[in-house]
Amino acid sequence: MKLFNEPSPLETRIISFRFGLENSASLDTYLAHDGYKALRKAVEMTPDDVINEVKASSLRGRGGAGFPTGLKWSFVPRASEKPKYIVVNADESEPGTCKDRLLIQNDPHQLIEGVLLGAIAVGAKKGWIYIRGEYNYLIAIMDKAIAEAYKNGYLGKNICGTDFEFDLYTHTGAGAYECGEESALLESLEGKRGVPRIRPPFPAISGAFQAPTLLNNVETFCSVPAILRMGGAAYAELGVPKSGGTRMVCMSGHVNKPGVYEVPLGFPMMKFVNEIGGGVWKGRQLKAIIPGGSSSPLLKAEECDIPMDYDSIAKAGSMLGSGGLMVMDETTDMVKVALRIMRFYQHESCGWCIPCREGTTWLKKMLQRVTDGHGQTRDIDLIGDLAQNMLGRTFCPLGDAAAMPTIAIVKKYRNEFEAYVAKNPFAVSELVSIS
Amino acid sequence: MTFSPELEAKFADLVTHYPEGRQRAALIPMLMFGQDEIGSVTQEMMEELGRRLGLSTMQVDEVVGYYSMLHKKPVGKFHVQVCTNVACMLRGGAELYDQACHKLGLGHKQVSADGRISLEEVECMGACSWAPAIQVNYDFHHEVSTDQLNKILEGLEK
Repeated sequence: MKLFNEPSPLETRIISFRFGLENSASLDTYLAHDGYKALRKAVEMTPDDVINEVKASSLRGRGGAGFPTGLKWSFVPRASEKPKYIVVNADESEPGTCKDRLLIQNDPHQLIEGVLLGAIAVGAKKGWIYIRGEYNYLIAIMDKAIAEAYKNGYLGKNICGTDFEFDLYTHTGAGAYECGEESALLESLEGKRGVPRIRPPFPAISGAFQAPTLLNNVETFCSVPAILRMGGAAYAELGVPKSGGTRMVCMSGHVNKPGVYEVPLGFPMMKFVNEIGGGVWKGRQLKAIIPGGSSSPLLKAEECDIPMDYDSIAKAGSMLGSGGLMVMDETTDMVKVALRIMRFYQHESCGWCIPCREGTTWLKKMLQRVTDGHGQTRDIDLIGDLAQNMLGRTFCPLGDAAAMPTIAIVKKYRNEFEAYVAKNPFAVSELVSIS
Repeated sequence: MTFSPELEAKFADLVTHYPEGRQRAALIPMLMFGQDEIGSVTQEMMEELGRRLGLSTMQVDEVVGYYSMLHKKPVGKFHVQVCTNVACMLRGGAELYDQACHKLGLGHKQVSADGRISLEEVECMGACSWAPAIQVNYDFHHEVSTDQLNKILEGLEK
């Protein structure tokens, strides 16, 4: 199963440059192409030097929140009575996102090296890669790479002939979007239901097994070997200020050449769709783009002429999120999109807190009612209102993730909701009082 | 109950991956791998894994109930999962699911009378750039056309 697309000449391949090489997942190929060079460098460095290099790169978390990675690494306490751990979030399940899968499938050693660099930075000796259950085949690929690394002195004791030691294991999930949220993932790793934890304390202080834990997304770890090889400042230069380097953007939906492409932060979104993605399919017009997974508010076509970096997309009212960019053409029914998104969040809400559990359930019911042609005008207002009231009132970001796209769709495409209501023969224009 | 020697060896190794006294962490992988071998998470399996990890059956049960890939009732020998989430929907995932329902005569989470095939409408499986996608057991099929779906399903019915 070859899953990398034809590379585009417009890409900047920093972490995906080994994709497509023969046996790209093997240690031999990795070593022949800069593999474990950053590790050899880092074992001679102090933890602070490693962290400073990551800080200089202005790398931000690739899982969705976009938190500065170097800063996160510096939060793990230097002195700790408890052992420190590394956890890799490979529970990729944000709709629209399929990059971590490629990074593991095509280049598992890059992830191992990134984890080892994190381990040097925070002083951890053990780590787990939490892989979503659906990605069963990746566990075999990862386990094979881990075994190769042990055999060749890149894992275990005396790594690179020094006293640095580290053990790494894979851990399978069992189907739950919520487990992509870091604290729910830690609960799941401990063998429990994946419900989120209250924070603080953050995982850096009390994470896996209540010990200080460094937890990052697959792509975040995969970016670190390149940062140490080329230097943090040079990596930062590739992107824009405050959003350094490159990132994998997963293009899907109504485009001619969907695929996962690596581009510098700040790459123009319309150039990405039109030149790398070959434009909207079937010669149709662009209607909207979801820029960073289904949790990110969609942008209307006229709002899409912006650079793809964390701050520019935030300024446009959305998020770069997990890099799941979904393109929608002019024929797309936005009411159906809103319903499908809400069906997802309703299914995946863990049920722990009421605003999310009830909010997503009622939003789904109301959106279903409108789609089925039984909606009233007041339903449209109520959908927007209910979603607005979920914002910031849930235990973890899943509630916000459900509310934000809903608010945006209702606001930007209210006319489409009204068209559905207009088809309801029993629609009333005003709320009738029956007292 | 006993598992195959291979799986027992895997379990014995698995519990060493977690810190001393935190072996409960092996529960979800054990349930997944156990289910892969037995076909479903049986009452007997929950009791056995609970006993091994020092958990009550109810503690195991509440974990099983949370995860969508753990099934207490057996799924078919071939479990067909069709993604209809946004990226797949935009490229015909919902129509593929309808087609699968029709062709198999099954609905969401239903199993054929002979236990051979089961169907499930699933959430995003991480194949968005190769949509629409389906999974048969753990095997991905990408950019599935209606013709290809027919062929895949006919292959399973044989």
